[in-house]
Amino acid sequence: MNYRDAGLSDAEYAKVNDILGREPNELETALIGVMWSEHCSYKSTRRLLSKFPQTGKYLVQGPGENAGVVDCRSGWGLAFKVESHNHPSAVAPYQGAATGVGGIIRDILAMGARPAASMDGLFFGMPDSGKSRVLAEGIVDGIAGYGNAVGVPTIGGKTFYDPCFEGNPLVNAFNCGFVRLDKIVSSKTARPGDMAVLLGSKTGRDGIAGASFASRELNEENRGSRGHIQIGDPFEEKLLIECCLDLLDQGLIVSMQDMGAAGILSSSSEIAHKSGTGIEIFCERIPLREEMEPWEIFLSESQERMLLILSEDKLGAVRDLARHYGLECAAVGTITDDGRYRVVRDGVAIADIPVSVLGDAPPVDWPETPPAGMAERREVPKGMKSADPAADLIKLIGSVYGACREEIWRQYDCQVQLRTAAEPGAPVSALRIPDSDSLVAFAMEAEPWKCHTDPKLGAMETMAQSIRTLALCGAEAIGMTNCLNFPSPENPEHYYVLSRCVEGLAAVCRDMDCPVVSGNVSLYNETPRGAVYPSPLVVTAGIVPHYIYFVSGGHAREGDLIFLAGPAVGSLGSSRWQVLCSDPERMTPRGATLRYDAEAEIAFAAHALLTSKKADIKKSARVVAGGGLSVALAKEAILSGQGMTIELERDPFAAMFSEGGPRAVYIIPPAAADKFLACWEGFPVARIGQVGGKSLVVKDFMEVPVGVLQSAFYGTKV
Amino acid sequence: MRTAVVVFPGSNCDRDVERAILDMGLGPVDMVWHDEEGFHEHNGPELVVLPGGFSYGDYLRSGALAAKSRIMKAVRAHAEGGGLLLGICNGFQILTEAGLLPGALLPNANLRFICAPCHIRVERSDTPFTKSFKDGQIVQFPIAHHEGLYFLPPDELAALESRGHVVFRYSAPKSAASAGAGEKFSPNGSLNGIAGVINERGNVLGLMPHPERATLKNLIRGADGRIFWNSVGEHFGVWGDKK
Repeated sequence: MNYRDAGLSDAEYAKVNDILGREPNELETALIGVMWSEHCSYKSTRRLLSKFPQTGKYLVQGPGENAGVVDCRSGWGLAFKVESHNHPSAVAPYQGAATGVGGIIRDILAMGARPAASMDGLFFGMPDSGKSRVLAEGIVDGIAGYGNAVGVPTIGGKTFYDPCFEGNPLVNAFNCGFVRLDKIVSSKTARPGDMAVLLGSKTGRDGIAGASFASRELNEENRGSRGHIQIGDPFEEKLLIECCLDLLDQGLIVSMQDMGAAGILSSSSEIAHKSGTGIEIFCERIPLREEMEPWEIFLSESQERMLLILSEDKLGAVRDLARHYGLECAAVGTITDDGRYRVVRDGVAIADIPVSVLGDAPPVDWPETPPAGMAERREVPKGMKSADPAADLIKLIGSVYGACREEIWRQYDCQVQLRTAAEPGAPVSALRIPDSDSLVAFAMEAEPWKCHTDPKLGAMETMAQSIRTLALCGAEAIGMTNCLNFPSPENPEHYYVLSRCVEGLAAVCRDMDCPVVSGNVSLYNETPRGAVYPSPLVVTAGIVPHYIYFVSGGHAREGDLIFLAGPAVGSLGSSRWQVLCSDPERMTPRGATLRYDAEAEIAFAAHALLTSKKADIKKSARVVAGGGLSVALAKEAILSGQGMTIELERDPFAAMFSEGGPRAVYIIPPAAADKFLACWEGFPVARIGQVGGKSLVVKDFMEVPVGVLQSAFYGTKV
Repeated sequence: MRTAVVVFPGSNCDRDVERAILDMGLGPVDMVWHDEEGFHEHNGPELVVLPGGFSYGDYLRSGALAAKSRIMKAVRAHAEGGGLLLGICNGFQILTEAGLLPGALLPNANLRFICAPCHIRVERSDTPFTKSFKDGQIVQFPIAHHEGLYFLPPDELAALESRGHVVFRYSAPKSAASAGAGEKFSPNGSLNGIAGVINERGNVLGLMPHPERATLKNLIRGADGRIFWNSVGEHFGVWGDKK
């Protein structure tokens, strides 16, 4: 294998020669090539990612393990992470999405946690494109097919649509699990003399070098690369989960590592690297489905496999338990003390290199330059006006950005394991924490349009929105995981956008005391048609101290008063209205979103949390997000089956359709109004209307029957 | 009351059933692995539950492989001896595949997996599984399945109905009870809106909706399932919620 085919640049290859003091042989070249790929090494982003705050009062385990862990305060930790499976899903939508779900579940399992819930961030081309529909349906099928069978509920998610995702859909799979704080598994605990054991599926020629595939742009040539695609078997994964948890309970293993990107190679070299040991693997002991070359064996991404580390005297018991679950189990290697990564076949070392070479890919710094036309993109178009506000609202509510996404989430088992505390489709997803009355809530957010027109502000708005959504429901944010979906970093303009987005996310996380616990970077999201918009996706976790404090929407009753907490207007820049209604033919995001105000965000969260703790105030509430106040009010009207009369002091157009900033709608019985207002003292809050009637009426601006909004909301197809 | 929950490889509601029964105070619950020869000889179970999930991956056909597994000999003997046998979702599919209940569960009419809250009418309150319900009572148990369309050839379906073997039928919600129950309320296309059936002897029940998913309080989708477990408790003289 030529080093370029292995994915190494001339400079990187020279560096390898330098470190080894010789030329690597073919197998070594292949191993190093994959471990130095973007997907495995994060070489382009490692320095950027170091800007993320990684401390917090709830943080137990930050980045560096298979997933992050936060303290749920009942003896339990929550392990969570989101990971992309974009390229595989573009080529084979069902299997790509299915194995994305399976892969992230094994990451959580590798922390010693029982996987408790999944969520998915899905970015599709427009639903009127046949090609996008085929991809979208295949992806949703794959998530349902795998997630339902494996017995882990899918409790929520996010969908976003734009023509830029045609041919390059994004599939970001999130999973979380509960682990006793004193039972967290680490990949740093292997000791010389321990055995390395493969558990689960046999290794086959599927998904070979998927990691390098994910480190390039998609084009017609590699789109045919089905060999890179993994095939999932949720039945095998379910057994793997039960067996691994049983092994841990019985104290039979020291550590374990899931096999995802770059399979045996990355799992075994990571554990040796992090433990500061060496490892020796005997090629012929690896159970194979078919005859394979050594490099294929080490790079295969066959699914449903785990690497176990155990002391030799436990091997018999481990084998017995594997047999009980009907799983293949093979002792394939030994942890050594010489810091070498050695592959042995028939008694001969066929690869023998320092573990550190595999674990420490040299970082790459790409040049960055602001995109041409950035200043123009930032500019909010002047003089925008709605000719027919009611028609615009119906359009927003009936579009894939506003409508009920039931067609998707009805296909997901959202309830198995009996922890789900919020219906799917709500702005937050929530689970009961074991042995406790408290809930963990999750908000998944992404704002590709806003990140396109102003990367830093867009990323700030994305992150701030997740914190607001949590605070409104009564959850204090305690940690965030993210997926950075971007095009090629080798393009200086793209790299500039990527770094501004990371800065934006990091700044808000610091302000809100919310550490980044884990994450994943997916670059090279482009096709010959062009690059995707910068699409950082965040999942923020928060704790609601008791389920009685959980605040949700859709409970407005006749006579209730409607309040708007927060500034009266946001920005129309890159709002749903601007993109969908101001120039529907072109659908081009224009204008920066609202300027981020840390002080206001912190105050909003504090007031919202205080309000949630007044359990005696009956409330229905919703954050003002996509579509602005108009969509927030419309959703409350639709879900409550109630009309509303709203009176806005100034410029109802901007007030109703602008987005951004800490704003929320609260609907409160008149008798509780004083108590509610006391919770918001010192923060802008205005009474804007009352519940009643059969229409959503905004005086001197619009009137829409609730029935019309309901049919728009429930009528849309996937 | 002693319960045995059979765990097949790929079962995924086994632990949920266990939690529901323990939460109701109707323990103890034994988890029995599919390749065991039988239940504990002393202290045999009074109730055997085949839980939901994807036994053996649901490969070949939902429930088909599980119906042939080693433990099923003991399950059959338990039912033949008059013990209570309950199949929920995949468990119902296994009971039909094993010939312990009539009919077959076909893919949902929309050919998709459906997870949703679901209203059902209690057609008989004289069985051990339903004696705490009122006749005609409408309750909400969630469904979550891909193969839940209950099917029987027309003559056998008529016979099933005339013998009163339909215990649960998909229906309108309580607020619209006058709209009745039946096929037009089937979320999955089930004939006659059949959600659950019982055998002639009245000790083997299969149903697609999940009572255990409507048991623990303060989660989504209600707690109507408590009435179901109370019935079984009442049958054995243990009182669950009422004690």
